[in-house]
Amino acid sequence: MSFVTGLTCKECGQPYDAGKHFVCTTCFGPLEVAYDYAAIGRAVSPQEVMKRPANLWRYKELLPIDGQPVTGFQSGFTPLVKSSRLARALGVRELYLKDDTVNHPTLSYKERVVSVAITRALELGFRTIACASTGNLANSVSAHSARLGLPCFVFIPDSVEPAKIVGSGIYRPQIVCIKGNYDDVNRLCSEIGSEYGWGFVNVNLRPYYTEGAKTLGFEIAEQLGWRLPQHTVLPTAGGTLLPKVFKAYKELRTLGWVTGESKIYSAQAAGCAPVIQALHEGKSEIRPVKPNTIAHSIAIGNPADGPYVLDCVRKSGGWGDVATDEEILEAIQLLAETEGIFAEPAGGTTLAVCRKLIEQGRIPRDESVVVAITGNGYKATGSIVSRLNGNVHLSSSLRDFQEWYGGENRGQPLFSQEGASR
Amino acid sequence: MSVTVRIPTPIRHYTEQQSEVVIEGKTVGEVLEGFKAQFPDAGARFFASGSKASRFINLYLNDEDIRFLKDLETPVNDKDTLSIILAIAGGRR
Repeated sequence: MSFVTGLTCKECGQPYDAGKHFVCTTCFGPLEVAYDYAAIGRAVSPQEVMKRPANLWRYKELLPIDGQPVTGFQSGFTPLVKSSRLARALGVRELYLKDDTVNHPTLSYKERVVSVAITRALELGFRTIACASTGNLANSVSAHSARLGLPCFVFIPDSVEPAKIVGSGIYRPQIVCIKGNYDDVNRLCSEIGSEYGWGFVNVNLRPYYTEGAKTLGFEIAEQLGWRLPQHTVLPTAGGTLLPKVFKAYKELRTLGWVTGESKIYSAQAAGCAPVIQALHEGKSEIRPVKPNTIAHSIAIGNPADGPYVLDCVRKSGGWGDVATDEEILEAIQLLAETEGIFAEPAGGTTLAVCRKLIEQGRIPRDESVVVAITGNGYKATGSIVSRLNGNVHLSSSLRDFQEWYGGENRGQPLFSQEGASR
Repeated sequence: MSVTVRIPTPIRHYTEQQSEVVIEGKTVGEVLEGFKAQFPDAGARFFASGSKASRFINLYLNDEDIRFLKDLETPVNDKDTLSIILAIAGGRR
């Protein structure tokens, strides 16, 4: 059974039933799923949750579906990696990485929102799934649609990384490449969203879709032993994730499963930082920008939920900052060298901003920090490959090897001092 | 100048279900004033300047967000299209 009581306009409070609504018809504000927390509290406990399979549906009472999930049975519940070497490199006491680079099946945080959106789409009677995407969402929508045998349309900018196009194409969706950037794709999808009876996960299913992002927050709390980190650093693109992690933490407090607060921080690439710009200027209005960054997956110049990111960052007592492309690449490298995790530039952005916030004293060095790494570096190698050198090319003869390693190089450090000392 | 104003589905119950209308004006602002005059309900709800609701509407002249042009002061040409786009899924506010 569902504990959803309906949808509520985030702006004017107008209530709706939990149907095919996605904007308030009175003011056009976005709709938010409301729940009966008292009933949830009676129905489930942390002890019960912990007995369930390790996927995002272990929190199903806090997700907006009526019946049983249809996909995502291996999605979510990704590792929360205690990162001691990286913590030392950043000079902070307690650091964890929420590692969605290994989220099943397409290696990004999007499995969370897609699993929920497609389950709800079928409940609402949609039989064709679609999305507007910078790449990762298209991958996830394509994979989950394929395993359910659903027709699927994915709309992506024609500048998306080749690996991300392959990562959708293999599942045989109809890929529609749109000339321009993500904001152009989004504009088109907003126009066609409800015209063809398709379930556009991030347009006309948006109220349900975004709820899936809460599972990242639930998992962080559970994996810390039902405790919130003092600081949570998240990337901001369209603005889905951060307000939903804020909501997740709030829901767990409402249920009495955790206590305390977590300051939440937003990270954007310097080449696409409309939210951080508003944050730093103390404004609530977000001016759109034309993205220019290697962090394609978070290059959204016109973020739908940007104002809610600002609200949540401010309410939580957090902050935010930007990372340049160079800082993003350095952070990707640092993460790989210290923790063996290969993040896409969005993850590099989040880590680079975390580093900056620690250096600025915004995040105190003796406290606990969780950094979300939301996408996998194997999908976006283009920007990092030129930094990797030092490969040695030899023949297969033993003598060649001995001459190279046993000769004048013997005893010399083969690895960078920086990497070795971490 | 005659500008075609494209109306998204959720607004059409304020525009007698019309998906587009032609409005006269020399700037985006003038076209919008014409639209508000023709459909006062929609105008009052979504385009009262400075209203909270208006941040959920995005306006595109042909293929460009008017905020990258001269906003309401942007001049329009005959046969331009002004699209009203909902600020969802990467709209702006």
